[in-house]
Amino acid sequence: MTGNAHGSTPYDGSLAIEARGLVKRFEGVTAVGGVDLAVPTGSVYGILGPNGAGKTTTLRMMLGIIDPDSGYRRILGAERPHDVAHAIGYLPEERGLYPSMKATEAIAFLGALRGLPLKEGRRRAHELLERHGLGYAADRQIRQLSKGMAQQVQILGTLVHRPRLVVFDEPFSGLDALNQGKLEAMMRGLAEDGTTVIFSTHVIAHAERLCDEVAIIAGGKVPFAGPVDLARDRIPAQVRLETRAAEGAWRAALPADARREGQFWHFALPATGIEPLLRALIEGEAGILSLSIERAGLHDAFVAIAGEAAARALEEEKPEELRR
Amino acid sequence: MTADSHGAPSQGGRLSTLAAAWVVARRDFTAILFSRTFFFFLLGPLFPVIVGALAGSVGSRVERSADRPEVGVVMTGADADAVLRARDGLAERLGQDLPGLVVLRRLAAGERADTAAALAGKQANIAAVLSGTLSAPVLTGPRAQIEAWSGDVAMIAAQAERGTLQAWPRVRLETTATSQVSERKSRLRTAQAAQTLLFLLTMMLAGMVLSNLVEEKGNKIIEVLAAAIPMESVFFGKLFAMLGVSLVGIAAWGGVGAGLYLVAGSAFPHLPGPAVGWPLLVLLGILYFSMAYLLLGSVFLSIGSLAATVREVQTLSMPVTMLQLMLFFFATYAMTQPGSAIEVAAALFPFSSPFAMLARAAQDPAVMPHVVALVWQAAWVLLLVRFGSGLFRSRVMKSGPQGRGGRRRRLARAR
Repeated sequence: MTGNAHGSTPYDGSLAIEARGLVKRFEGVTAVGGVDLAVPTGSVYGILGPNGAGKTTTLRMMLGIIDPDSGYRRILGAERPHDVAHAIGYLPEERGLYPSMKATEAIAFLGALRGLPLKEGRRRAHELLERHGLGYAADRQIRQLSKGMAQQVQILGTLVHRPRLVVFDEPFSGLDALNQGKLEAMMRGLAEDGTTVIFSTHVIAHAERLCDEVAIIAGGKVPFAGPVDLARDRIPAQVRLETRAAEGAWRAALPADARREGQFWHFALPATGIEPLLRALIEGEAGILSLSIERAGLHDAFVAIAGEAAARALEEEKPEELRR
Repeated sequence: MTADSHGAPSQGGRLSTLAAAWVVARRDFTAILFSRTFFFFLLGPLFPVIVGALAGSVGSRVERSADRPEVGVVMTGADADAVLRARDGLAERLGQDLPGLVVLRRLAAGERADTAAALAGKQANIAAVLSGTLSAPVLTGPRAQIEAWSGDVAMIAAQAERGTLQAWPRVRLETTATSQVSERKSRLRTAQAAQTLLFLLTMMLAGMVLSNLVEEKGNKIIEVLAAAIPMESVFFGKLFAMLGVSLVGIAAWGGVGAGLYLVAGSAFPHLPGPAVGWPLLVLLGILYFSMAYLLLGSVFLSIGSLAATVREVQTLSMPVTMLQLMLFFFATYAMTQPGSAIEVAAALFPFSSPFAMLARAAQDPAVMPHVVALVWQAAWVLLLVRFGSGLFRSRVMKSGPQGRGGRRRRLARAR
């Protein structure tokens, strides 16, 4: 058993989602070409990739919205996703509610679709809206709400039946920074309560902050799936060294691909670790002024795993404020 | 936003196909019932009534204002007076179908009649001119007109020559309720009226269910529905919601109609009783209407899965509407050939079956064929909904919001 990134609830070793070799083609174009996933129960799991990589198609196959052309999927122990629909919450990338419905009714309706009795759904809807500061909008029609508020109503509708698994497709798109923070907190809270949370995103920062595990998806394939730390470990830590001496015997201790930028040397941490390097630098009279070891970020890991092209595509789709 | 308490277990369980369809149907039914769409749906039957009344009123005005064609008489004074007397005398017995006579000119003895001048005279309603003598009358005018009037004019001339009206034998009248021919003709009228009503209602509703689905595709709600419940449930829910709405509408119209009938029943045209009787015909009418609508509605929903925009929907649904119109004519034609292979074909083909069978109910008292037909039609509804929902799943949920072209470009770039 391993603990999740949010501390309180440990994984129980079971899998909320298991998929092997999922393939989906549309009109001869392979959208997803053999995806394998194993999402631990109680984890926060990110599916990371640029738009068009196959994230939405993968999620839709998992949820039974579309069927894979080949492959195997199991969700909450069921091979037919609709059999466990009452235990799943889903927020699609393209948000949508009936414009003429009142906020309370919209939430209750989404719950009813998942088997929650309408009366109980209305009661919970009122409760949720109050708790999230939207009580004043309970009797307003969706068309009277701002886009952000309507999105919050849909998120609450996704959770009203208290699902064991919540799937968010690009949940942060369209939300301002404040609401993005609120949503992150909500996702952490869900995980702390033992709910498995899966979300797709093309913003690495969200995945890095929230996820226990990620699947990197590019070109319809999954070149990496596993704990975030494991992804980072694909790239050795980077050493940044500043010395007093410009030349000397210590230079032989640096790797051949070490590069100099200004006063600093940059190179990957040798496989032998930091101690032999330190010893060689001291004995070679380098005169160490500063030395830091920087662990690779998820972005670097993504570049290393998915390739430069996928990383570039990801970068292009990043919201303006994040790029700055 | 903060986390929600997930301590309490989720309530409810997996919804059955019917329960899921009920959730969708309940939402759609309520939404449509309290919408402007339903208001216009209720007003729908008023439009043909108003247009019909206006057209009738204008038509009768036109008819009234048009001059009734008459025969101008150009004869000697005695002959002219004799034909006028004879005409009036005959009209009392035969009715006003005899042509009207107007004396244009009383000729002096030996004077020749100028019929061409008489026809070209100022009186616009003179369509022919009668000249000559009582024993040798001459009718001048356009061929169609004089051929139509020649018999009547000959009779008038003969009567005028005879002078007094002969006594005619009195015909004793023995009335019966109906004859074989008139009963069949009357039931055909009833069948035709039922079929037309069924067709109009079906077309109106199928169009409404299609608009509803396209609107949902626009609202992006369809993916939420598809993730939670089977697509068949979504289709059934939508179809039954609209059916429920239409039955409410029909009940409202029926109530108004019944009220009007109670108030002014005698003013309504008399429709002869159908072979199965009125109560069963009404019940079968509702059932066949439901089937016709469900069959066409499921086809229209399948069209909805192929179309991305309202314009595409219109383009795609036009051939289906035309086809349905042809099937309606086919069923109407089949109705006139009871027991023929054509009637059997119309009853078997699912889309014409409700129309053909309803017409049959008006003409034939057997009930069992209707049970078989309803089961047959219901099986086709199931088949079509299954096919349509499968098509919808495979065609609609293809990719994210970026569209296919952009998506492919990005895929290529990412690779």
